[in-house]
Amino acid sequence: MRSKISQLQTKALNTEARIIEKEPYYESVGDEIALFESAYQCLIPVLLKGPTGCGKTRFMEYMAWRLKRPLITVSCHDDLTASDLVGRYLITNNETVWVDGPLARAVRVGAICYLDEVVEARKDTTVVIHPLADDRRILSMEKRGELLQAPREFLLAMSYNPGYQSVLKELKQSTRQRFIAIDFNYPDSALEKKIVMAEAGIDAGNADKLIKLAHMTRNLKDNGLDEGASTRLLVHAAKLIKRGIAPRTACHGAIAEALSDDPEMLRAVDELTSSLF
Amino acid sequence: MNLPPPCSDPRLTVAAGEPRTADEVESALDEQLDAVLSTRRTVTRIAAALAPLTRHEQDFVLHWVAVIARTNPEMAFQFAAAAPQALATLDSAAAEAWIIQAMDTYDREGLYLGSQVFKRSTEFAQLAGASTAAVTFEDVVHVLQLFVCGLSGRRMKLDAAAQAYTDTETLFLPPRIALSPDKNTNFLIYKIILTLLWAQSRFGTFNADLQTACDAYTDPQRALELLNYLETLRLEACVARALPGLAREMTQLRGDEQPDPRCLPLRAPTATVHDSISMLAGLYTDFTPPPCSYATTLQPLHAAATRRARLADEKNELQAALGRLLEEKEASGDHVSARPTSRFSLKLAAAPDQEGNAQYELSLDAEPVTPPENIKQLFDSILQDLGEIPDDYLVATGAGGYRKSKPVEQDPADVWKGVYHEEGAFFYNEWDHKRRHYRKNWCVLRELDVHPGSAGFTELTLKKYAPQVAQLKRTFELMRGEDRLLRRQQNGDDIDFDAVIAAYADMKSGMELTDRLLVKRHKSERDLAVMFMVDMSGSTKGWINDAEREALVMLCQALEVLGDRYAIYGFSGLTRKRCEIYRVKRFDEPYADMVKNRIAGIQPQDYTRMGVAIRHLTTLLNQVEARTKLLITLSDGKPDDYSDNYRGEYGIEDTRRALIEAHRSGIKPFCITIDHEAREYLPHMYGPVNWTLVDDVARLPLKVADIYRRLTT
Repeated sequence: MRSKISQLQTKALNTEARIIEKEPYYESVGDEIALFESAYQCLIPVLLKGPTGCGKTRFMEYMAWRLKRPLITVSCHDDLTASDLVGRYLITNNETVWVDGPLARAVRVGAICYLDEVVEARKDTTVVIHPLADDRRILSMEKRGELLQAPREFLLAMSYNPGYQSVLKELKQSTRQRFIAIDFNYPDSALEKKIVMAEAGIDAGNADKLIKLAHMTRNLKDNGLDEGASTRLLVHAAKLIKRGIAPRTACHGAIAEALSDDPEMLRAVDELTSSLF
Repeated sequence: MNLPPPCSDPRLTVAAGEPRTADEVESALDEQLDAVLSTRRTVTRIAAALAPLTRHEQDFVLHWVAVIARTNPEMAFQFAAAAPQALATLDSAAAEAWIIQAMDTYDREGLYLGSQVFKRSTEFAQLAGASTAAVTFEDVVHVLQLFVCGLSGRRMKLDAAAQAYTDTETLFLPPRIALSPDKNTNFLIYKIILTLLWAQSRFGTFNADLQTACDAYTDPQRALELLNYLETLRLEACVARALPGLAREMTQLRGDEQPDPRCLPLRAPTATVHDSISMLAGLYTDFTPPPCSYATTLQPLHAAATRRARLADEKNELQAALGRLLEEKEASGDHVSARPTSRFSLKLAAAPDQEGNAQYELSLDAEPVTPPENIKQLFDSILQDLGEIPDDYLVATGAGGYRKSKPVEQDPADVWKGVYHEEGAFFYNEWDHKRRHYRKNWCVLRELDVHPGSAGFTELTLKKYAPQVAQLKRTFELMRGEDRLLRRQQNGDDIDFDAVIAAYADMKSGMELTDRLLVKRHKSERDLAVMFMVDMSGSTKGWINDAEREALVMLCQALEVLGDRYAIYGFSGLTRKRCEIYRVKRFDEPYADMVKNRIAGIQPQDYTRMGVAIRHLTTLLNQVEARTKLLITLSDGKPDDYSDNYRGEYGIEDTRRALIEAHRSGIKPFCITIDHEAREYLPHMYGPVNWTLVDDVARLPLKVADIYRRLTT
C-alpha cells in the first residue's frame, strides 16, 4: 500500500515549475512574439496550433524566459483527468493531505501553464479549463470547496495539432473560442537550414540536403505518412551526422524509422535519402 | 524451373516424365481451344512445335492454355503459338511474368493489344533475361510510387509497359528488369529509369514540339532516338544537381566514360530542351548514341496529347479557383470593387531554385495575396508545363461554371453492355487463383435502391416476436456504454478511501494487505460501425427470404437501442458485367419508414458473386471513422455466378481474397450462414472462428441479434 501511495505522490509532485534562466534558442518566423506578448498583457489565453516538432514547446520556453515567468508544462494524455490538473487528497501519517495539481500551482504562483497536446486529455478537463480561460479567470477546486482567482501574471496556454487527430478528438468550439490562436508551421527552407545548423552545428551542404529530404517526406504526407519529417527530426539527424555517423545511417535512424513502421515506406524514405547523400 | 500448380485435367497428369507426342498435344489443345478453331485453322502446326519440348515445359504450356482459355480462347491460341519460341529464352518465372503482362493488357486494353504482347516475346526476353535476380514491376511498384511521390512536382502515377516512357502524368516502367546478376542493382536501374522519366516531365522535355522537330529529318525515328540521348544527358545533369546521391550511383553503373565533347554544353544548369533540339542538327549525320543500361524512351505524341488535355483542364480550374478566391476576398470586405476584368497578376522570380521549383508572387490589385494550397499546386503544375503563367490564365471566372470531368476507367468490352458511358458504375478487380493474379477492372458494379415493399411488414414482425423483442431491448440496453466508477482497482485516478480504511483495519489486525485501493472512471465507448451484407440471390426465394427480412427487423430494433452505427446492403448479380448492390440503409440514414419499407421490399434476385460485393462494401465501410469495423454477411450458400466458372473453387478463392483485403484494411469480417455444408468452405474463406451456422432457418430472426451481441461484447 505504501508503494502505491508514494507512487501517487511522485505523480502529483514531479511536474515542477521551471524558471528558465538561459535564453532558449528560438528563431521568430513571423509576428508570433508580439502577438503572444499582447495576449499576455490582455489576460487572454493562447492556443498554439501546428504539427509536431515545429517549435511550439520551444516557443513557450522562449516566451517564459522573455516574460520572466515560471513555466509549468503538462503533457496531456488520454488518462489525464481534472484531478490530475487541479489536485487531490493523499494519505500521509494516517491523515488526508491536499496536494495541488500543476494547474492549481500555476494559478497560485502566477506562472505560465502550458497544456501540451490538450485534445489528448479526457473531456472532463475542459470543465476546469473553461472558467479559467474566460474573463472570470477562476479555478474551481471542487473537492476542497475553494475558488482560486488567477493573478495577472498567470497565463494559460495550450497546444493542439490539427493534423493527425481523429475527428473524435477535435477541439470543441466552446473551448477553442476562448483562446487567441497562433498558427505554427515548418519554417521556410532558408530559416529551417539556419535552425538546423545552429542547433546541431553541421555544415551548410549537409543541412541543405536534410532540408530537401524533409520536403520530400512532407510531399509524402497523406500518401502513406501521417506527417512529414519535422524540424526536430532534422536536428536529431544533423546531430548524429555531426557525431560522425554516416548520413544515410543517421537519416535512417533519425528520420525514416521515426516516421513509419511500414517496410515499404521505410524503403522509400531510405531510397530518397540515398538519392540525396 | 518451378513445377506448375497441379492440374485438374486427368489427361495432363498421366505418364509423367515422357514427353507427349505431337498427336497427344494436339488433342489436348483441340479440346481447350475448340471455340476458336475451324477446318482452316488448326493446332497441328503448334502441336508439332511443342512436341520437341520437355515434358515439364509441355505441362507448363498446357496448364496455362487451360487457364487462359477460361478468360479468352483466342488469347490462349496466341499464347500456344508463341510459347515454343518464348520458352527457348525465358525461364518459367519470366514466362509467367510474360503471360501475366499479356493478360493484364488483355483485361485493360482488349484482345488486339493483349495478343501483341504474346507475339513480342523476344522483346520481353531482352529486358527480363533469365535470371533469378530479376526484379519485377510488382515487387517494386509500392516503394517506387512512394519514392516518386516524395520528389517534387506534379503527382505521378506508375504503370508497367513494354518500354519505359512517360506521358507526363503516368510513368511507364518495364515489367521486369534482369540486366544485372545482382538484385539490388536491378532495383537501382528501376529507380534510375523512374527518376529520369520524372525528370523528363519535371525539367521540361515536353515543353517543345518534339515530334515536329524530329519530322524535319529524313529518318524521324533516328532523330528521336538521338534526341532522347541528348535529353538523357541534359536530365542526368539536372538529376545530379537535385539528387547528388543518385547521380553518384548512376556514374558507378554507367562507368566514367565521358560523352562526346560536342554534347557537354547540355550539362549547364541553364540548358533546356531547345538546346538539345538545336544540337540535334549538328550530330544527326555522324553520331551514334552509345548503349545505356537504363535507357528510357520519348513518346512525344502521347505526352503532347496528355499535356494539351491537362493544360485545358488546369486553365479552367485555375480560373474557377481564382474566382472563388476573389469572392472570398470581397465577402470579407477587403476589396469592394466591381471591376470584372483581370485583377490578378503574377511576378516570377528570375531563376527557379535548383530543384526546379519556380518562385513567384501572386498579387490582387497590386497587393500581394497568399494563394491557397490548391492554387499553388495548379501554379506549380502549369509552370512545369509552360515555364510561365500566361495572362489569360489569370482571369477569374465565377465558381461553379466549370466542373472537372473525371476520366472514368473503362473496360472496352462493356460498350455493348450499356454501362460504358453510364455514371455510377464501379469497376473492381477480381482474383483469379489459377493465374494467381487479379483480373483488372473485371467486375462492373452498380448501386441500386431496393424497391420499397409493403409498409406493414415491420409491425407484423414485431407483433409476431413481441416477447422476444422486449427481451432483446432489455439485453441491449444493458450493453449500452455508460460512465461507471469502478471501485477497489489496482490502477486508477484517485484513492478509494473506503478501501484504504478497510485496508488499515486489516493491517492493524495483521491480515494481508490488498493492493486494490484506487477508483477508476471507466467509460465503455462503443466506437463501432457495422455493415450488413445480405444475400439476395435467387436461392433465398421463399422462407429464407422471409427469415432474412425478419432477422433484419429484429436486428434494427437491437441496434437502435444500442446506438451503434450500421448500414444494410443487399447483393446479387448476373455475370461480371452486372453486379448489383442494393441499398437498404446507408450509414447516414436514420431508421425511418423508408428503411423499414426497403427491408420489406428485399426480393430474391439472381446469383451470388460475393467477391466484388465485399470489395465495394469494404470501400464504403472504410469511409466511416470508427475504432472497430465489422462486415457481417448473411448468406445461404457458396459464392456462385452464371459465368466465368465463378461457382466452385474460383468463386471461393476470389471471395477469400476479397475478405483478406478487407481484413488488411482493418475490417473484421464475419459470416452468418444457414448452409449445412458451410463447414466445407466457410472456414477457408472467413477463418476458423469468424462464422456461425444457424441450422434452423426459422430461428434466424431470433439468433442474428444474439450473435451480434456475442460478437461485440
